[in-house]
Amino acid sequence: MKEKLVLVGNGMAGIRTLEELLKVSPDLYDITVFGDEPFGNYNRILLSPVLAGEKNLDEIMLNEEQWYVENGITLHTDKTVVKIDRNNRRVIATDGATERYDRLLLATGSHPIVLPVPGNDLGGVVTFRNIRDVQTMLEISEKHKQALVIGGGLLGLEAANALKQQGMYVTVVHLVDSLMERQLDSEAAAMLKETLEKRGIQFLMETTTEAFLGEEKVRGARFKGGLEIAADLVVMAVGIRPNTGLAKEANIYCERGIIVNDTMQTYDGRIYAVGECVQHKGQVYGLVAPLFEQAKVCANHLAQLGHVYYQGSVTCSKLKVTGVDLFSTGDFVGDDTTEDIVMKDRAKGVYKKIVLKENRIQGAVMFGDTVDGNWYYQLLRDQTDISHMRNQLLYGQSHLGDSGHGGADAVAEMGDEVEVCGCNGVCKGDIVKAVTSKGLFTLDDVRDHTKASSSCGSCTGLVEQILTFTLGGDYSEAPKEKPLCKCTDYTHDAVRQTIRKQRLTSIRAVMDYLEYRTPDGCHVCRPAINYYLISTWPDVVADDPRSRFVNERVHANIQKDGTFSVVPRIWGGVALPGELRAIANVAEKFSVSMVKITGGQRIGLFGVRKENLPGVWAELNEAGMVSGHAYGKALRTVKTCVGKEWCRFGTQLSVQMGVRLEKLVWGSSMPHKFKMAVSGCPRNCAEATVKDFGVVAVESGWELHVGGNGGVKVRATDLLCKVDTEEEVLEYGCAFVQLYREGAHYQERTAPWIERVGFSYVKQQIVEGVENRKALFERFMESQNYVQKDPWAERTGKGGIEQHEFMPLERSSVHD
Amino acid sequence: MTDWIEICSLEDIPRLGARVVRNDDGDIALFRTSQDEVFALRDRCPHKEGPLSQGIVHGKRVTCPLHNLVMDLTEGKAVAPDEGCAAVYPVKVEGNNVLIALRAVVNSE
Repeated sequence: MKEKLVLVGNGMAGIRTLEELLKVSPDLYDITVFGDEPFGNYNRILLSPVLAGEKNLDEIMLNEEQWYVENGITLHTDKTVVKIDRNNRRVIATDGATERYDRLLLATGSHPIVLPVPGNDLGGVVTFRNIRDVQTMLEISEKHKQALVIGGGLLGLEAANALKQQGMYVTVVHLVDSLMERQLDSEAAAMLKETLEKRGIQFLMETTTEAFLGEEKVRGARFKGGLEIAADLVVMAVGIRPNTGLAKEANIYCERGIIVNDTMQTYDGRIYAVGECVQHKGQVYGLVAPLFEQAKVCANHLAQLGHVYYQGSVTCSKLKVTGVDLFSTGDFVGDDTTEDIVMKDRAKGVYKKIVLKENRIQGAVMFGDTVDGNWYYQLLRDQTDISHMRNQLLYGQSHLGDSGHGGADAVAEMGDEVEVCGCNGVCKGDIVKAVTSKGLFTLDDVRDHTKASSSCGSCTGLVEQILTFTLGGDYSEAPKEKPLCKCTDYTHDAVRQTIRKQRLTSIRAVMDYLEYRTPDGCHVCRPAINYYLISTWPDVVADDPRSRFVNERVHANIQKDGTFSVVPRIWGGVALPGELRAIANVAEKFSVSMVKITGGQRIGLFGVRKENLPGVWAELNEAGMVSGHAYGKALRTVKTCVGKEWCRFGTQLSVQMGVRLEKLVWGSSMPHKFKMAVSGCPRNCAEATVKDFGVVAVESGWELHVGGNGGVKVRATDLLCKVDTEEEVLEYGCAFVQLYREGAHYQERTAPWIERVGFSYVKQQIVEGVENRKALFERFMESQNYVQKDPWAERTGKGGIEQHEFMPLERSSVHD
Repeated sequence: MTDWIEICSLEDIPRLGARVVRNDDGDIALFRTSQDEVFALRDRCPHKEGPLSQGIVHGKRVTCPLHNLVMDLTEGKAVAPDEGCAAVYPVKVEGNNVLIALRAVVNSE
């Protein structure tokens, strides 16, 4: 018999936990849900747009009752649980109904604080928490004009703006002298106040409410000092308090909220709690992103996996007031140990402030232009070293050379027909439609449903902004450390560490050790694990062809029509006449469709049928050529200029340097493709400063540049150091490659890797740590012993390996 | 009566791999899972006609090598939220022999 799981609280955190649980273990529990509202689960965050008349109730429903039926969940709406009987493991509802549980999940949320002043129970005095409140407000706004909002925080201002849009005269009363004092500094608060005043909202600052006036219905309020104001509607938005009553009454330990541990369990291990009712390590959260993170952890534990932990959340806030852009996150006030970068343009209504500590973002507050809010939030959560972009930080991500799809246009102003994802042809309107009609919350959801941001990833920032914009705020949920893929919750780093520590040497062993959810992984994780294994244990682990993308399995590049391209290695871009003749011969013999000079100073043969690959390779081998790995996560090309040998400006032998580098590094398996270049003088004709490892000759030696990229997102290299001799170039270069091989995530180019770990780390590992550099170099050379074999030669002729790859089964050859 | 045709032996298909069967009506991809089940689909992805036989096999699924659409091998349907389908051919393994019926079960959405 299935165990019984009872959820108290039919809101966003609780239902999200169930959704996460059903994803992992759909059949583990018999589930019952109690909710005290008469609906399914709706998106509470969008109540402001409902009040403003921008959305209706149907549009903010997340789970219709049908969803509960489809998932076999018993739903009790309009029913409040009043008691937990822990001894008999059951809950008791208002109508006396009881329900037994094996595990209980409390997601009781919070309730708005009601000011303890006379008249707080008059008609027309409401809080702003649920659909009922919204309905009351809308009814009053139809007949009456005067609205008073108590509280100039996030919720109060959203209510004020919405009521203004409903045609009421609105006055906001605030206790202190600065609006949203928990989310904004005084500068941004002043600009916000000015903007809202222009919209016709009035403010009474530093004002304490003494009483609400009226007999049955409210007709006004009196403040300290004697001022009285008329009002037909009073909205109290002075804060929320976690609902702990039910838990407290059952002697579950509570402080401000219900105390939970890192697996979201209360002091009674059978009872879990998530959402606004929870207190974790002293923190209570009221925003959606942390609640969703908690839901994930809780579901994982309920599913008896128990390998993820909640470590608290950094949050950010946005105001859901149309046309007012405001964003804040982290510690935006700072102290003696922090520095501020500030930009202020009062006339244009733009204010940005970033608080830094040791070149890492601690907090940010922005008004007027918040397009880069999510980017700062990400940099804050990842604690990225921003020293290399410090002087451009305030201008935003689009100023860092993000080609094509920078965040230059404010998402709000973009037309629906603007193409966001160039790879898959997805427009803004497609994303907005998918998000609203299918109830999507995360970047992954959007990727699955629209394909936007699922190919090259350069539009990820923009897609996240559209997601946040569409959902009205605080949804940026992408976890700080992303799991490898959907088969596991472990991150790239965790998988790699496990392989090293537990001395795992096969993909099967890794999956078993990590308790994989799927029988044999997927196309995302298998190649990654395979790479981590062969790069960690080069002398022991054999490559698994079945965990290689087709290109790396058959050592050619698949094209859109299913044929392949073949690119032999042209060392340093220098070809011998005999090699060119052999390429020409093979192209004619196998009727190659196109012979193309590639961007990397090589020659590509396009349109080769798979079964012809071994034949093509054999002829190229015959002429002394080997695979150029143009298909692999490996060293691609080493581009060179002619250098000192011919060029009147040349300072060093760049061709020779390039060939030597290529001969040393070819064949190595890497996290992603790797390109090098050697220029003979600072004119840099080989474009070395957009390569993963670029060498620029100068009169006195060689400059070494790292982490460049000329593709999706252009990034110029960082100058690692200057060295004197060719030998040093080789040593530093190989050490850099090895550091990248050992540290980068699979599918991560050097550019994002360096931005993740920080250039100073790379410099310290390679330049400052002499011993370390030598050790890296040695490890690289050792691993090269096992891989510098031409994969083409291994697959041609009679004794060739993997021959079945290239031979179709002929139907005619079978006996009927 | 289904006409079963003997195509190859089980070992001819690598585990978690595939082979292509040439066929007048279009190539057929023959997949073998880690549990030694064998499935046959038309070797054409419903998305952009990529050769499914060249994809990575995992569970009872294959990922198309061109744009990572994931196909379910048992039903020949794209795994949600993707959409599309490919014809499925009945397969059976008798002893060590893999047999296929060339009359495809054409599925529709």
